[in-house]
Amino acid sequence: MTLYIFYFLSFLAVLSAFMVVYSKNPVHSVLYLIVTFFSIAGHYILLNAQFLAAVHIIVYAGAIMVLFLYVIMMFNLNKEAEPHKDAYIKLAATIAGGIFMIVLIGSLKGVEHIENLNTPNQSAGLIKNLGNVLYRDYMLPFEMASILFLSAMVGAVFLGKNELK
Amino acid sequence: MVSGYLIYKAIIVVIVFLVGLGIAAYSTYAERKVAAFLQDRLGPNKAGPYGLLQPIADGVKMFMKEEIIPDVSNKFLFILGPSIAMLTACMTGAVIPWSTPLVINGVSYPLQITDINIGILYVFGVVSIGVYGIMIGGWASNNKFSLLGALRASAQMISYEIAMGLSIIALVMLTGTISLQEIAAQQSGWHWNVFYQPLGFIIFITCAFAECNRTPFDLPECETELVGGYHTEYSSMKLGFYLFAEYINMFISAAIISTLYFGGYNMPLIGRFVTDPNILSILGLVFFFGKIFFFIFFFMWIRWTVPRFRYDQLMHLGWRIFIPLSILNIVLTGLGILVFNK
Amino acid sequence: MLTNRSKVVVNKKMSFWERIYLPAIAGGLLITIKHFFRKKTTIDYPKEVREYSQIYRGQHVLKVDENGAERCVACGLCAVACPAEAISMTAAERAPGEENKYREEKYAAIYEINMLRCIYCGLCEDACPKEAIFLTDILVPVSATRDDMIYGKDKLTEKHFNEVPIKKRQTEEVAAFKAETKNKDLRHNVLGKSDSF
Repeated sequence: MTLYIFYFLSFLAVLSAFMVVYSKNPVHSVLYLIVTFFSIAGHYILLNAQFLAAVHIIVYAGAIMVLFLYVIMMFNLNKEAEPHKDAYIKLAATIAGGIFMIVLIGSLKGVEHIENLNTPNQSAGLIKNLGNVLYRDYMLPFEMASILFLSAMVGAVFLGKNELK
Repeated sequence: MVSGYLIYKAIIVVIVFLVGLGIAAYSTYAERKVAAFLQDRLGPNKAGPYGLLQPIADGVKMFMKEEIIPDVSNKFLFILGPSIAMLTACMTGAVIPWSTPLVINGVSYPLQITDINIGILYVFGVVSIGVYGIMIGGWASNNKFSLLGALRASAQMISYEIAMGLSIIALVMLTGTISLQEIAAQQSGWHWNVFYQPLGFIIFITCAFAECNRTPFDLPECETELVGGYHTEYSSMKLGFYLFAEYINMFISAAIISTLYFGGYNMPLIGRFVTDPNILSILGLVFFFGKIFFFIFFFMWIRWTVPRFRYDQLMHLGWRIFIPLSILNIVLTGLGILVFNK
Repeated sequence: MLTNRSKVVVNKKMSFWERIYLPAIAGGLLITIKHFFRKKTTIDYPKEVREYSQIYRGQHVLKVDENGAERCVACGLCAVACPAEAISMTAAERAPGEENKYREEKYAAIYEINMLRCIYCGLCEDACPKEAIFLTDILVPVSATRDDMIYGKDKLTEKHFNEVPIKKRQTEEVAAFKAETKNKDLRHNVLGKSDSF
């Protein structure tokens, strides 16, 4: 059962990721990207990492993609407004993409030697264990990251001040 | 046993779904009645006694209306918009603890669809994708007013989600859990969270208004500026879905507010008079729905009292007042926990 | 300054309580909830009807006399008096044997009031020398076509033994005046009576 769900989600993720690149309309691309994020969140749930799944949906699907969509709708990017790309750029993109694919295949080549792909601790993704790890083992980097975010938020609020000189 | 469990879950899902729909339907009637009463009018009173059949008449009207899909819009996305709005509105009810478990023949039947340990985050995630219904619908309408409504909805959602999340963080610091069942159970007696988190409550309820697109934050559909906002081009039951989703959201918001801040199914002093757990459970359900109805009424009361914000005022309020305030609230809560060692 | 009620606008800085708006919102909520329990000003219309004014002017009626004969003589004074030119009529002479249908020798074969033009001023009623036309408190129903709004004699003439009450229209002064002049000959253009000819 889990295996079939995994195959289905993987297929969905890859297909929609492909459609992100393939679709001509940027709004459709964003919508496909959202589908990709949802199928990845499904993978997290399969790994029993509910917290990560929820946060993934809140942050990526709920916030970042909304901003993407906002910007695309705001600038009204569509097929007609797309700038013309000349053949050299297309050729360069194809070569670069091909090379990237070779790199990916090369990195996956040794995958059969990695043993024990399953996480030994099935409850590692649960919120309690995650909290313990974050606040005990990785206290300093976590706090530094949160201070970084806090300063970003303060910066955003400060930018909103209209009496900024 | 497993099939019995599944049947029980299926029954409770269906009940929650139907109750949600029923309450949303009658919220439309209540909204019109409350609006009328607050404005010294009588409100709908022709369909059935006191107009009680009005929601059915409205529903029939919505179904019978001609369905118009604009020629130039994307048909699939145009239909997807209201579907997402309705889906996300109905999904949130899954984690709300309606009452304490019923015990029949020694088997405990929890009155909650599922008690996942990320309860609040689940609600939050579903709410945050709810805006796609509005955005996709507004964009697919291929209408400038709809697009503006969709843009406003997205910017508003993003802005108020931050303050809402931060106000919940303070609450979670206090409760030490994000499972709604545990949060509700902790607030027995007078230990309602609203007494410990008054500032957080005000921030949360204001953000809930903004997330539900209710007045005074109904800028995505403000009819004075944008014709109909994101649903300008919608007709028939697709429009009905949008309107209906708003009322379901209101019901769920009222349930979440009462669970998080007003003790959920708990009622002070009730334990002194009743000891039987099953009766307590039923009474808890009654109290919980009483609180929910009060908050639905409060939503309407606010709607017909406070005028709509201007868009820059909305953004000002969200970013420059609520976010700093909620960070302050987190700091104060941390200090309180440190000092009183609660 | 015509009244003492005008307020001078001051851009004073708001105090803290004013700036957080919550007391103001609470005050607003208090006001609206008071209205919630107040007596409603709307009435449940078809079930309850508001009291009409004594001199309400609604649809016209063409009166018949105590024998059921039409009083109107198609003199045209109402049409002349009408400021909206809503009344039109065609006169006809009474044939022998029609004495119980028409009171006098001349009658209105066609009498039409265009209810869309009518402004319900009641001047026709004042102008009528035969007390044949009155405005009543009947409401004029709406219609889908303009033609339906032109009321002919079929809609205007009252039925014998089923008279439309117009008592309310006759205030005490009017009734007194009419009673006083009942037996007087008010016709001023009868030969020999007038001294202008």
